[in-house]
Amino acid sequence: MAWFKRESGDLDNSGKKTVRTEGLWVKCEGCRQIIWKKDLEENLNVCPKCQKHFRIDARARLALLLDDNQYETFDGNLSSTDPLKFVDLKAYSSRLRQAEHDTGLKDAVINAQGKLLGRPVIASVMEYAFIGGSMGAVVGEMITRAVERAAETKTPLIIVSASGGARMMEGVISLMQLAKISAALARLDKVKVPYVSVLTDPTTGGVTASFAMLGDLNIAEPGALIGFAGPRVIEQTIRQKLPAGFQRSEFLLEHGMLDAVVHRKEMKPYIARALDFMTAAVSRQPSAVSTS
Amino acid sequence: MNPIQKVQQELDQIERQVALIEANAGQNEGTRKQLDKLQERVQILREEMKGLQTAWQKTELARHPQRPQTLDYIERLFTDFSEIHGDRSFGDDAAVICGMARFHGEEVLVIGTQKGRDMKQRVYRNFGTPHPEGYRKAIRIMQVAEKFRRPIFTLVDTDGAYPGIHAEERGQAEAIAYNLREMARLEVPIIATVIGVGGSGGALAIAVADRVLMMENSIYSVISPEGCAAIMWRDATKKELAAEAMRITATDLSELGCIDDIVPEPEGGAHRDYEAAANLLDVSLQKHFAELKKMPLPELLSSRYDKFRTMAQYFKTE
Ligand SMILES: [Zn+2]
Repeated sequence: MAWFKRESGDLDNSGKKTVRTEGLWVKCEGCRQIIWKKDLEENLNVCPKCQKHFRIDARARLALLLDDNQYETFDGNLSSTDPLKFVDLKAYSSRLRQAEHDTGLKDAVINAQGKLLGRPVIASVMEYAFIGGSMGAVVGEMITRAVERAAETKTPLIIVSASGGARMMEGVISLMQLAKISAALARLDKVKVPYVSVLTDPTTGGVTASFAMLGDLNIAEPGALIGFAGPRVIEQTIRQKLPAGFQRSEFLLEHGMLDAVVHRKEMKPYIARALDFMTAAVSRQPSAVSTS
Repeated sequence: MNPIQKVQQELDQIERQVALIEANAGQNEGTRKQLDKLQERVQILREEMKGLQTAWQKTELARHPQRPQTLDYIERLFTDFSEIHGDRSFGDDAAVICGMARFHGEEVLVIGTQKGRDMKQRVYRNFGTPHPEGYRKAIRIMQVAEKFRRPIFTLVDTDGAYPGIHAEERGQAEAIAYNLREMARLEVPIIATVIGVGGSGGALAIAVADRVLMMENSIYSVISPEGCAAIMWRDATKKELAAEAMRITATDLSELGCIDDIVPEPEGGAHRDYEAAANLLDVSLQKHFAELKKMPLPELLSSRYDKFRTMAQYFKTE
């Protein structure tokens, strides 16, 4: 072991410049500047120069939202049965295996229960790295169960979307998840349990056209692509280039389709503040929101 | 030889056999029995033949330019139709038709997407692809129907919600989402029928119902076969493969537990005989309507919820 340690240390010293540049720098697509990966990570994966919000995975999102990164997950044991035995250029079953291997998840969402600035919450957080965060029977069932759990235990619900929409490899089965989740949300609405929908980059298709747009508040991170149809489909339909900023959070805000665009740093206090508004007052940590 | 050709071959054989028997033997007990048996076999084969139509053939029938559309059915199934327009917010979407009507004498609300037939009509109807104001008109009037306890019939025939700049600006996704949630809890019976094309969320937005029916040659899918082929195969010409793989026919949806019933069509498809198609739909609507009317409201609502809650539960637990 000693020789290895020394050698790696040597290598670190001798090749300082080259080694450090590889994989340690990131080019920001927002401002085209080169930024330190470490700086980016310390800044919650938001570009320190232009505030571009980089995509983060579901676990990083939960760490961001829930106190002390402490939470209990549930329904994580559900997995797809590949009901259509779907094969395109690749078999869906092998795509599932690959996605499971890449993400350590059985499908594109994590259901968790924890606290947000001291307030108990249920959070369903979508994982874009799992087949584009697409929604099939498992995602539909898990989100429905989170909604039901919120209704039964009167615990506020937060759903963080990151999804290309319905999962084509499950055909109409994925479409029916829209109806199922929306019906469950009607019941949640009836019992007056708060539901905050957080839309992140990207949220499109059947996810936007169901639960993502059904929150008591629908809020988004800056610069997120949000829409029903994907930009390419629209371009092909209207045979026109789309205007700059089309379908971005700020565009939706301007058109009255979002309640707020909230910086990643402000997300947790903003939600806490919203939950205070929506729930009976009990002693809790203050939800200081900077009003800059 | 594909399965359809095989069935066709057997049918041809039987035809020759029948001709032979009729030519060679007189009418006696033995030959009549033989002929009856062959006739039975022909019936079975014809049914099999229907089932063997490819998903793409069904897609072409569902999109047939002469296929009866919402207005054709409204004319034949309902009386005293009076149209109601507008979403009271932005405009009136001609892709969605809403109106008061009577179904066998009973006051009901009818809603349907209309594709239009000639080019002028098609443009006027935006080819049956609604904007948000179409969905908002639909739910607004559904809520009026609910207030006065009038049942709702919807007819679905759309490639989907329109994917355009203005549709996005005005909140296409929100409009659909809102309808899904509100239809789930509307306190009146709802029967939705896919009469042609059930195109994804844009179809579902008027099809969250106590009974969801599909006409025999209609399709219902999460994306068009061409769209699926372009994305999954990176080649839009693979539409036939995509149509098959996605399972979009009425039989498929029924087997997957996503619809409640299949409405038969006249031989060769609804476009061959509008009257017969409307009559067959009428029979089916009457049957389901009668069943729903018997259900007390709490039971109606809970069974609608349970239906969608347990629908499409294809997962395993480890
Ligand atoms: Zn930047």
